[in-house]
Amino acid sequence: METLKKITASPLFLPLFALAVLLIFNIIFVDGFLTIEMTDDGRLYGRLIDILNRSSSLIILSLGMTFVIATSGIDISVGSVIAISSAVCCTLIGGSGDGTAEYPMILAMLAAVLAGVLCGVWNGLLVAKFKIQPVVATLILMTAGRGIAQLITEGQIITVYYKPFAYIGSSIPGNILPTTIFIAIAMILLVTFIIKKTSIGLFVQSVGINSTASRFTGINVTFVIFLVYAFSGFCAGVSGLIESSLIRAADANNAGLNMEMDAILAVALGGTLLSGGKFNIGGSVIGAITIQTLTTTMYALGVSSEQLPVIKAVAVIILCLMQSSKFRIMFNNWKSRNKVGPQGEKNFLMDEKAVNKA
Amino acid sequence: MGDLLLEMRQIDKVFPGVKALSGVDFTLRSGEIHSIMGENGAGKSTLIKVLTGVYPRDGGSIYMEGKPIAPRTPKEAQEEGISTVYQEVNLCANLTVAENIFIGRQPTKHGFIDWKQMNTRAQELLQKLNVDIDVTKTLDHYSVAIQQMIAIARSVDVSAKILILDEPTSSLDEQETQKLFTVIRRLKKQGMGIIFISHFLEQIYDLCEKITILRNGELVGTYDVAKLPRVELIAKMIGKDLSALKDFDKSEEKSVPSAEVFLDAKNISCIGKLNHMDVKIHKGEVMGFAGLLGSGRTETAELLFGINKITAGEIVVNGIKMSLDEPMKAMQQKIAFCPEDRKQQGVIGDLSVRENIILALQAKDGIFHHIPLKEQIIIADDCIKLLNIKVSDREQLIKNLSGGNQQKAIIARWLATNPELLILDEPTRGIDVGTKNEIQKMAVTLAKQKGMAVVFISSEMDEMIRTCSKLIVLRDRNKVAEIEGDAISSENVMRAIAGGDA
Repeated sequence: METLKKITASPLFLPLFALAVLLIFNIIFVDGFLTIEMTDDGRLYGRLIDILNRSSSLIILSLGMTFVIATSGIDISVGSVIAISSAVCCTLIGGSGDGTAEYPMILAMLAAVLAGVLCGVWNGLLVAKFKIQPVVATLILMTAGRGIAQLITEGQIITVYYKPFAYIGSSIPGNILPTTIFIAIAMILLVTFIIKKTSIGLFVQSVGINSTASRFTGINVTFVIFLVYAFSGFCAGVSGLIESSLIRAADANNAGLNMEMDAILAVALGGTLLSGGKFNIGGSVIGAITIQTLTTTMYALGVSSEQLPVIKAVAVIILCLMQSSKFRIMFNNWKSRNKVGPQGEKNFLMDEKAVNKA
Repeated sequence: MGDLLLEMRQIDKVFPGVKALSGVDFTLRSGEIHSIMGENGAGKSTLIKVLTGVYPRDGGSIYMEGKPIAPRTPKEAQEEGISTVYQEVNLCANLTVAENIFIGRQPTKHGFIDWKQMNTRAQELLQKLNVDIDVTKTLDHYSVAIQQMIAIARSVDVSAKILILDEPTSSLDEQETQKLFTVIRRLKKQGMGIIFISHFLEQIYDLCEKITILRNGELVGTYDVAKLPRVELIAKMIGKDLSALKDFDKSEEKSVPSAEVFLDAKNISCIGKLNHMDVKIHKGEVMGFAGLLGSGRTETAELLFGINKITAGEIVVNGIKMSLDEPMKAMQQKIAFCPEDRKQQGVIGDLSVRENIILALQAKDGIFHHIPLKEQIIIADDCIKLLNIKVSDREQLIKNLSGGNQQKAIIARWLATNPELLILDEPTRGIDVGTKNEIQKMAVTLAKQKGMAVVFISSEMDEMIRTCSKLIVLRDRNKVAEIEGDAISSENVMRAIAGGDA
């Protein structure tokens, strides 16, 4: 019983549990879920690989989002930033039918990521410097971002025929795994390195828990907040590369559509409270994979992409309820009422106390 | 003297674990300006909140013009004729003056708002208070003082018999205050009973006729202002008899300051917070800032630590002029500051004791010079041992410690930065007696053994007198005295705080 409690109390329990449930569901109901085959040109192929491939850009987004949410902020512009990054990348490479690139691909990629960073810097300035509420500040770019992307692509969907561009979303010839997985792993390693080797993680949590006290301790709160939005922009920029390469085109209207919601959901599922404070990068990564698994599962079961948001909404509701202390009290009360009377009352008082303390 | 307006008899109010008011009597006559005084936690605001229906009372009775009343909400209190104007003006900045005055009770004609009548009546109302402004402009066109008066006009028009002013002058300058006082005196002449709450002694002696003093939720007494010397008022507020205080103070082992000046603040001001203050802090000195709450003691500390920016004067640290406009700049000059409000400004509740302790040092070192975990553990363990912080584990969340241990951890946070000036603002508030003594002793020891300069701020006279080798006394945001060595005694300090006719 004790060990069981310890396991369920771990911050990684919830996302892992959700992922496990989904996987078991898939194994039972989806034919050939676990099958991984080798294609003729030497690439691995199968649903599991597909899930990892597709979840890469979400993982990267949720890395940036984790820091933002930990400072008790939110960045709802990342979906549109993906569109901008895609547009920059594809426009620079160009859509010429003969499969040549207008500018070198590496340059286009750097420019796309830089565009993402600039978007993040803009958000950071609004939130950190001008103290605009995060939702409102990032809402600006969320709505304007797709327009900016349209301007860059001059209102067209630019399809890229330059071959190497497709390598980002699929795989580099001779590699058995999709490139996206390597990019995601590289980003996870980068973030882990940053957390281990700098104090940004400590400062982000400190600001998220109590920003006044953080200022009184000498932490440059403005700079910390600015940094997390800039980093979130960077992550969205990288995701933009993946998203555009997957479809080999820049679609200003649809690239990264609604992905900000998935990223926020991934972070929440990963055990980082939306009110800020302690964060959990590992949780966010697993959360992102879980959500992509959910999406893939639904598609496999024949749920259309129009209906999918409903399923996700149910997941969000369950998640929010599990994080709500009020709900937990109600739930515990209901549980103890089913047991014995007096003990239930005691439970209730103790819970009240615990909540008041929090 | 006017008729009896309000009587509160034997008022009791109990909060879980605390008796906030016990058997308090309060009487207000019409045409009287009456102040309620007491230190923090004495029960002033509880009494007001019982009167205005914010809190239900647990015992006693309230009579309004002889008729018993029991307001359950501020609205019911207002219907009985009791209006309150709070410190923070709660009007709507984007509505016009007239709208603000008549919000929720606009005059109507044929079911529509009668704008003409509303504007004329608002104009008349304000003219009664001698305020001549354009009532069709939005509220944010006007200064806080005018807004304050608009709030009063609104209260007065709701046919108030009693007007409660809770710290109305705290954000006003001298001129604005006088303007407000003219208005208050005018209302008094019209027979209104006014309860005036303020931390500013000068203003109370200027304006009020009666003072009711509370201490620890009990009534000390009601006095005529004219017959109550300030020194006695202070003594009654802190609850020490003057004669009893005289033989109490002699200290045993204070720190002797060196001749070397660490920090010299010349003529520093910050608008609305502090006026023309001089402080010279020597190495090895325990300097006290004494004064009532809001007198400018915390404000001075916040200026020295760069929380707020000075608007005049200069600060010289180790002989070099410094611009301390953010905490980091002060920290680089080896200044440390344990703030007054431990919960809001001190602890990062969800972080561990270790993280809380190393946080200031880490902030000073910068984001890219991360202190390795091993080193963090050594620093934290050293501090926990040195300050005798009671924790189950250094990884325990700080919010789960007792107040005293939290305070020690915050002090540890600053000692870890190896400061030359340590500012302790109310370091012993709300913690147990044993820890209080430990912290007082620590302040003296740091000054004596390490030659650290310490600034000690406290509402408790005893501990200031015991620990400080020099005291700066503040009143109404001004420095009023500097007391040194043998001259430090409760009597002298209280006289200085009281000032004026004492």
